[in-house]
Amino acid sequence: MITSTISTNGGRAFYDKALKAMPRGERLKLCLQCGACSGICPYGFAMDYPPHSIIAALRADDFTPVLDSDTIWLCISCFACSNVCPAQIPLTTGILASLKSEMLLRGKAPAELQTALTNSRRYGNTLGQSPRKRADWARGLTPPVPIMAEFKEPVEVLWYVGDYASYHPRVQKVSRAMARVLQAMGVKFGILGPEENSDGDAQCLIGEVGLFEMLALKNARAFDKYEFKELVTTDPHAYNTMKNEYPGVGVSVPIKHYTQFLVEHLDQLKPLLKRGQKYRVTYHDPCCIGRANKNNIYDEPRQVLGAIPGVELVEMPHHRENSICCGGGGGGMWLDGFSWEHARTRTSEWRVAEALSVGAQVLAVSCTYETPRFEDAVKSTGHEGELIVKDIAELLANAISG
Amino acid sequence: MNIVVPIKFVPDLVEEMTIDESGAALDRTWLRLIINEFDDHAIEQAILLKERGGGQVMVVAPEVEGVDDVLYTAAAKGAGRLIKLTGDLGNANNHALARVFATAAKDLQPDLVLIGVQAHDDLDGAVGPLLAEYLGMPYLGYVSAVEVSDGKATVRKEYPGGLMAEMEVTLPAVLGIQAAEHPPRYVVTSKIYQAMEATTIEAQAVGELDPSGGLTVDRMFQPEAAERATMIEGDLTSIATKLVEIFKELSVLQ
Repeated sequence: MITSTISTNGGRAFYDKALKAMPRGERLKLCLQCGACSGICPYGFAMDYPPHSIIAALRADDFTPVLDSDTIWLCISCFACSNVCPAQIPLTTGILASLKSEMLLRGKAPAELQTALTNSRRYGNTLGQSPRKRADWARGLTPPVPIMAEFKEPVEVLWYVGDYASYHPRVQKVSRAMARVLQAMGVKFGILGPEENSDGDAQCLIGEVGLFEMLALKNARAFDKYEFKELVTTDPHAYNTMKNEYPGVGVSVPIKHYTQFLVEHLDQLKPLLKRGQKYRVTYHDPCCIGRANKNNIYDEPRQVLGAIPGVELVEMPHHRENSICCGGGGGGMWLDGFSWEHARTRTSEWRVAEALSVGAQVLAVSCTYETPRFEDAVKSTGHEGELIVKDIAELLANAISG
Repeated sequence: MNIVVPIKFVPDLVEEMTIDESGAALDRTWLRLIINEFDDHAIEQAILLKERGGGQVMVVAPEVEGVDDVLYTAAAKGAGRLIKLTGDLGNANNHALARVFATAAKDLQPDLVLIGVQAHDDLDGAVGPLLAEYLGMPYLGYVSAVEVSDGKATVRKEYPGGLMAEMEVTLPAVLGIQAAEHPPRYVVTSKIYQAMEATTIEAQAVGELDPSGGLTVDRMFQPEAAERATMIEGDLTSIATKLVEIFKELSVLQ
């Protein structure tokens, strides 16, 4: 659980508080200043103070320049730094989140990000949409997708859909595909609809602790109301935060990523996958089910893809724990303008270039931020028509119904 | 310096607007209210003035659903007094609202009253000028920057077409805020919780409302499709030729 540190000007005071307030904060003392964190950081080159320099500034009690710089907002909470740190300092959820929290307290956060926070506080979703319309994506599907409050029956699977999968027009297509897959498998499932709130992952990783707690508790209250065997999500951010951060506010929910659920039910799924087409597919590992908090869900998505007839899986140079973030984490989803202004590059574009370099025809994803981000990157790099971006759920739905 | 900020609430356009059975008002069943955006800027401008020159910011709001959150958020930003006007204010028109704001503001002995210059349900921006009239103070609208010194305020006023004016007004005065000098700040949730602990909302009953002087709405309706549209069919050249003919007929082209 990330705890906000109190405002202070001095680096030493901030350092002492950080040591005490952060989980495993005492590990900060073990920093070797090796710089591995800053080297692997996709935006480290554009930061005034990449992770190891932040720690150096804290130790030198010369922290004011760090607080005067705004480049901490280039951090997309991709966990690459935390993953390579030889001293295992929890950088992403620790010092980086604390620094962002401090910047928020000082009112120094980019306006786009503030809007997303205000929206999630007011409407329970970062997009600023009506909570009443949260299940609109499922309208017109037959059979209908049951909303728990109306369904009033226990279900096998309670599906946490998430903000983007509920409201973003591109990701709504993924949600509809996932609903068809579950229906074809005969899984008795339901969604929360208007009772579902933002998972709180971005709010947590940028240190908006109060808002994170509010959202986590709202979701927990909704989960408590209904009877279900398993909680499954199509959103890696929800997976990561519910598994690793909700316990910090007293909420314990056993959550599964949908690829884990599907692998467990592969016997049910496989016979349904009849339609095949020859495709070279590469898979993008999302940070939040991969290296983040060593969640290590690497094999399951590949197993599911491997079950689709005609799929030839090829790997990109950066894969599994070395995957490169799509750029949407830790508030990055609402900082595109800021990131571009400072770095003049997009990690989603690097990823598309890598997928093309291995001759992939399809870039398969399993995160709700990724279909729109990578489709945009295919267009912005001038490769429209050369690479198809599909969520695994969409590939499955195609293989089932054709 | 006492800075009073009266705020009003408007329908949140995130929800669909529907007309009620009377055909003359919005259906309020699903209506969600939100602080008028310009009033949010008025609060921000008041806080900026307080931060620069000291003083007390007092926010006055009608009791509607969600008002406490808005008031505590203002307190978290730095407002010192929160006043909630209780009574049947949900449907109060601008005249009634201006009168209750005037009564509340008089007691607070304001040097400055900052109020949103307009609202999406009041594009004429009537509340500020009416309030100034009831308070017997001068009014300056479309203000986007304020400096105070020696009992006077120097304000930047915006005119259409990008024109700006700098004006001086003797205090007390009412200013209609078009935009604060900075966008309204984000306050972290934990600070709002702290404000809830540390600040008390003062409730003031408003008594009977006086809506006189306001308009009566006879009919409210969604935009209706006109029947004047002509669809032009054919290939690109014939459509273009036809368009030129029409423009000439209408004297748009010579």
